[in-house]
Amino acid sequence: MMTLTLSHYLILAAVLFSISIAGIVINRKNIIVLLMSIELMLLSVNLNFIAFSHYLNDLAGQVFVFFILTVAAAEAAIGLAILVVLFRNKRSINVEDIKELKW
Amino acid sequence: MIETVIFYVFAVATVVSATAVVTVKNPVHAALFLVLSFFTSAVIWMSLEAEFLAIALVLVYVGAVMVLFIFVVMMLDINVARLREGFVRYLPLGLLVAAIMLGLMLSVVTSDVFVLDAGSEPLPKPADYSNTKALGGVLYTDYVFAFEIAAVILLVAIIAAISLTMRKREKTKYQVPSEQIKVRKADRLRIVKMPSEEKR
Repeated sequence: MMTLTLSHYLILAAVLFSISIAGIVINRKNIIVLLMSIELMLLSVNLNFIAFSHYLNDLAGQVFVFFILTVAAAEAAIGLAILVVLFRNKRSINVEDIKELKW
Repeated sequence: MIETVIFYVFAVATVVSATAVVTVKNPVHAALFLVLSFFTSAVIWMSLEAEFLAIALVLVYVGAVMVLFIFVVMMLDINVARLREGFVRYLPLGLLVAAIMLGLMLSVVTSDVFVLDAGSEPLPKPADYSNTKALGGVLYTDYVFAFEIAAVILLVAIIAAISLTMRKREKTKYQVPSEQIKVRKADRLRIVKMPSEEKR
């Protein structure tokens, strides 16, 4: 119990991932909190990668985290740009107001 | 021993702040709690000897992405009360989904699949070991094509974000560079010959 094992980190990542799953379900009206929940999910996945990289003594996991951080930054930038354009056109960011593609 | 204490303290802080991210009313507070959870996970990454990524998480995520989040949240005029409706209604469903996910993942993680034998416990790295150097060593050799694709992705993100949010306004005056370059001396300059005046 007192020495840290791989399972400690994997359990922490699983708990973080479940919290962000719950966040996506309960905040389904609010796009901003949805985006934040996705960031939290990526964080927990990165924690898994780094824990495996440490315990298996392999740097490939850290390289993957590097690329995930890059893609996540691009995703956040484009997502927020879409959000700004959406708010400019509709004066609202409620998910229920975005239904043009639904028929 | 001290590593265990640090892990538990920061793991609890991460979980608490992550819970706060998805439950607080104000989106600005949610963004600030997300910053806190990034900081505490950076400490955990540091204890896993991923020093470069821990610093990159703080610099890139807290310094750039979360500032962008807070900027957008503060710029938009959001009706929080309308966004919160349905929160209580979806709470049981959210907890159910999360509990099922957590149960499934824990049943895999705590099974014998991921238990490494005690001999494979990684030894601490020597004092002159540089994580940044080791990471750069593989990043620019084995993963150089992936690295270049990542650079292209960032370029596409820049172009996409700028072209999405740029707009023409009626009253703003713009320069037209092609017209400016095309201009000739004869179009702008007129030399007028006139005799000098005589002194009386």
